[in-house]
Amino acid sequence: MASAAQPLEQGAPAARPARRRFGWAWLGLLPFFVFSIAFMFLPATWLVLGSFRNSDDQVTLQNYADLSTGIIPGAFLTTIEVSLVTAVGGGLFGLLLAYSVILGGLPRILRTALMTFSGVASNFAGVPLALAFTFTLGQLGFLTVILRDLGFDPYQSGFRLTSKLGVELVYMYFQFPLMVLIIAPALDGLRREWREAAENMGASPRQYWQHVALPILTPSILGAMILLFGNAFGAQATAFQLTGGTLNLVPIVIGAQIRGDVLHNPGLGYAMAMGMVAIMGVSIGLYTILQRRAERWLRS
Amino acid sequence: MTAPSTSIDGRAPGALEAVPRAATARRPRRSFGNPIAWLIFILGALYFIVPLVGTFFHSIRTRPDIFLAYRQVLDDPKFFGGLAYSFTVGVITIVVSLLIIVPTAYWVRLRVPRLRPVVEFVTLMPFVIPPVVLVFGLIRVYSSRPLVLTATDLGSDMILVGAYVILSFPYMYRAVDTGLAAIDVRSLTEAAQSLGSGWARILWRVIFPNLRTSLLSGAFLTLAIVIGEYTIANFLARTDAFGPYLSLLGRNQPYTPAAVSLISFGLTWLAMIAIAFLGRGARGRVQVAGAR
Repeated sequence: MASAAQPLEQGAPAARPARRRFGWAWLGLLPFFVFSIAFMFLPATWLVLGSFRNSDDQVTLQNYADLSTGIIPGAFLTTIEVSLVTAVGGGLFGLLLAYSVILGGLPRILRTALMTFSGVASNFAGVPLALAFTFTLGQLGFLTVILRDLGFDPYQSGFRLTSKLGVELVYMYFQFPLMVLIIAPALDGLRREWREAAENMGASPRQYWQHVALPILTPSILGAMILLFGNAFGAQATAFQLTGGTLNLVPIVIGAQIRGDVLHNPGLGYAMAMGMVAIMGVSIGLYTILQRRAERWLRS
Repeated sequence: MTAPSTSIDGRAPGALEAVPRAATARRPRRSFGNPIAWLIFILGALYFIVPLVGTFFHSIRTRPDIFLAYRQVLDDPKFFGGLAYSFTVGVITIVVSLLIIVPTAYWVRLRVPRLRPVVEFVTLMPFVIPPVVLVFGLIRVYSSRPLVLTATDLGSDMILVGAYVILSFPYMYRAVDTGLAAIDVRSLTEAAQSLGSGWARILWRVIFPNLRTSLLSGAFLTLAIVIGEYTIANFLARTDAFGPYLSLLGRNQPYTPAAVSLISFGLTWLAMIAIAFLGRGARGRVQVAGAR
């Protein structure tokens, strides 16, 4: 378009028109930014500012120092543990499951069924999921009764659905389907040529996995597990419905703080929310970086 | 999945051994696949299904009338009220989200590609700010002057929709952006402009219809999430919503919560089937809803 006119305009400053257009064009994004500010950045800023203020409205760092007192460190540790266990456990199991339907030679229809089911299960979180597990693994749950009849009473050996282990079992229900959904494209992206090339050079299947497939998949797997971690860390409804708020998880403590100042210091509640945002931010950031690395191989 | 499987599939015992070993090793495609793969698949399937079976058996434990719980649910005006409320909120959320995201994604592609990283960053923020923190901030901001929205039902409903629209941004933006990548936005716009269309007309008559599929899949995901959402609705005291209704039911009633949970699972499934149906051919797209 510009090539024909170029000789004539050679002396004219080329950057001018483009810059002027940009000067007004961003206004088209105004509704988006105004909405984001009103319903996301303004509330977030409020929490940030509040976390640096004490009850006398003075600027302070004391709230962050106080994060190491009372129930708060325990809540963070428990939440991190639950998230880590379900991210790694759900991640490994989800990976195996995706591997078995995509590369394990199972009938193709099972793959379709698994992907649909994973879409449902990864979105089936919250209250109904907690209830479903209560009816299954609660004191009088379906599976509990069966196990009891078989001579193994989980509640006799100390299992509680409202415990850390119980919450982890329930979180698994949406964690490993999410892993299946995230990792399936990466497994699909393993090209047959790579395997054939490795085999031509005399590699055993084990060597192919060790030196070719796994190094390619590692960023995807790690990134997906980090996303799973964040997914469990931010979940509130499921754990709250399941335990009635008895288990000390960060989202549950923050929930209690919203209802009534259980920490007896509003600023401390804000600081705790900031701690949660920081952990989520780091995990999403790492995920984005790893995702970018992974995409290098997936581009076809 | 052990020895008897050879006779189950109708082959004479020993027939399998008669097949030359090299042939079976070379062509695993003809076989039923790796037994370990089967084992893992069955384990996964059990994890999926057992809680649903447990819930189902719990829902029919009312004797002698085993469908009593279902009948009670269907007779309960609060059930339909909750469903209707959450459905309405979901539809409003979808409309608002589309009205914001489609022009934004279109404009970013056409005129301000330089701002794309900023917009993408903002749409990713709901993953960083979990719902419980978001509602924390929203309540604090909008329950103090100058804008006391939480004092009225209408105000609380507005905050609820606003929060849900924010939650819908990540996948709505991604769905719309992939949709826009598949059509030639610039040519379509120039064609429409040369025929005398203004911006509103271009968006409404050209861009929206061309994005129908991706918009619908984003919309169904939003609906599935909004209908089951609990945290935000609960803290905003929207007790009419489906999530808080089910939660309360779960604390007070013995059998009906099981029936409602199954119905809720069925609704999620319908939404996902709709998405899968719409997304045929769109390979490798992942729908990640975020934490609840």
